[in-house]
Amino acid sequence: MGARVFNAIAHFMLALWAVVVIIPLLLTFLGSVKDISELFGDPFTLPSSLRWDNWVRAWDTANVGQFMLNSVVVVFFGVAGTMLLGSMAAYVLARYEFRGNRFIYYMFVSGLTFPVFLALVPLFFVVKNLGLLGTHTGLILVHIAYSLPFTIFFLAAFFKTLPTSVAEAAFMDGCSHARTFFQVMLPMARPAVVSVTIFNILGQWNQYLLPLVLLPGDAEDKWVLTQGIASISTAAGNQADWGALFAALSITILPMLVVYVIFQRQIQAGLTQGALK
Amino acid sequence: MRRGGFLFIAGFLAAPVALYAVLVIGPYLQAFQIALTNWRGVSAGADFVGLDNFARIFQDDMFWKALRNHGQMLLAVPLITLGMALLFAFLLNVAGRRTKGLRGSGFYRVVFFFPQVLSLAAVGVLFQLVYRPDESGILNRLITGLGLEPVGFLTDPSLALWSIIGVMIWSGVGFYMVLFSAGMAAIPTEIYEAAELDGAGRFRVFFSITVPLLRNTVQVAWVYLGIAVLDGFALVQVLSVNNGGPDGVTSVLGLQVWQHAFGNSTFGYASAMGVVLFFIIMSITVLTMRVTRREPLEY
Repeated sequence: MGARVFNAIAHFMLALWAVVVIIPLLLTFLGSVKDISELFGDPFTLPSSLRWDNWVRAWDTANVGQFMLNSVVVVFFGVAGTMLLGSMAAYVLARYEFRGNRFIYYMFVSGLTFPVFLALVPLFFVVKNLGLLGTHTGLILVHIAYSLPFTIFFLAAFFKTLPTSVAEAAFMDGCSHARTFFQVMLPMARPAVVSVTIFNILGQWNQYLLPLVLLPGDAEDKWVLTQGIASISTAAGNQADWGALFAALSITILPMLVVYVIFQRQIQAGLTQGALK
Repeated sequence: MRRGGFLFIAGFLAAPVALYAVLVIGPYLQAFQIALTNWRGVSAGADFVGLDNFARIFQDDMFWKALRNHGQMLLAVPLITLGMALLFAFLLNVAGRRTKGLRGSGFYRVVFFFPQVLSLAAVGVLFQLVYRPDESGILNRLITGLGLEPVGFLTDPSLALWSIIGVMIWSGVGFYMVLFSAGMAAIPTEIYEAAELDGAGRFRVFFSITVPLLRNTVQVAWVYLGIAVLDGFALVQVLSVNNGGPDGVTSVLGLQVWQHAFGNSTFGYASAMGVVLFFIIMSITVLTMRVTRREPLEY
């Protein structure tokens, strides 16, 4: 087969899949500015006028603004806590000898293989008994705990590869263990820390099951974006406010799209490196 | 490795270990215990019932339906997703190989990967709009455009599971394509040059050299997709009609654990189902690793 023909076929097949990926997203954005009768018509037609009031209703009435703020709070503190506790544990487990080191390490790493559904019932009651059900604190702590296995696994492997001479030099200069970690070793682990941070941000931002269980229906003002959008979708069927649903979905997707376009190289690397470990 | 002060080690480990023990290890161990009781919530007592819950699970129609659904997804999703991902990676990397790669390959990579960064809950809502049962749905608009009757993608029992499978493929293909592309880039060019000198064509090179050398990556991808398919909760919960319907044809085990626990408050039964799911995932992971095990490659 000639190279030209081959390239043409390649482009055709790749472009076809690109269309399959883009069209649902594009038509959602388009639908978000249509009125209700247009939304029950042909999805491929353009709106007669731009109905931005859909976006206003989604943001205010359907609470998407509140849900997004909640997601930002939960993910910010969740990932910050995960990275702080995860890197501390990974560092000690990777570079210090003490009794029980391997036991603790394998205890953390074994968490990678367990399905969360197994722990679901007891987890709900542990959080409830701590008085943290329906609170962001509870969800944040649970997110941190369930992000630790991968974070520690990934970072410990990286800390092991760092040369010992730099840390030794820091000790000679009178640095304490903790100071050596925060000021010397952690900055050296930057590439790995960036990858895991991206991985955790996406993982916690997109988490659906844990918020659904730990922020139940009577705590609607605490809901995060994933459970919010799912609930708006169910409600749209009853109240027939399809315009707000399209707008809410667009508001959910757009920030991800913007962040992704800016950081796509790092995001792709962060996620695929995670899979290859 | 060095020996450090006890206080330093304990200080760094205390918080993560405590959090992990209380919120992860504790619940996992308790689950096995609760699975042997008929516990129905805080106020009601919990009687030890032995393996009763497990006996009931194996007589539960919905459990077998879910298992059948997992089976179908385990066959279809990895096969189609990885097949398409390999094909696209092949087209991106091999087409125009002598002319420095395919033009626009960066664009394709960015677009294909995007669904992976969206939450499955949002993807589920998105496909509710794609699958709408009348002409206002994207797919049905295309179908009626061809002069055919609209299709109930999520309501037709013979189609509903395939509609879910389609969404899983839609969101996964780009991720695995990027994964395979990275793997292909790591294969030294000398191997390709040697093969070309020996007169091997593109297709021959791809199937006889690239695919075998990607074996480890494909294996990891298979396990990943297998585990994703054994979850499936978010997508089915958001997208399917009546949580796993119609009539259980899209139900998955995770969904049933959630329904039994937080719908019916049958916590013992829900935990027992979680234990079953745990053993299924364990066996599939171990089995896949065993069956496909080979010496690690070095080049």
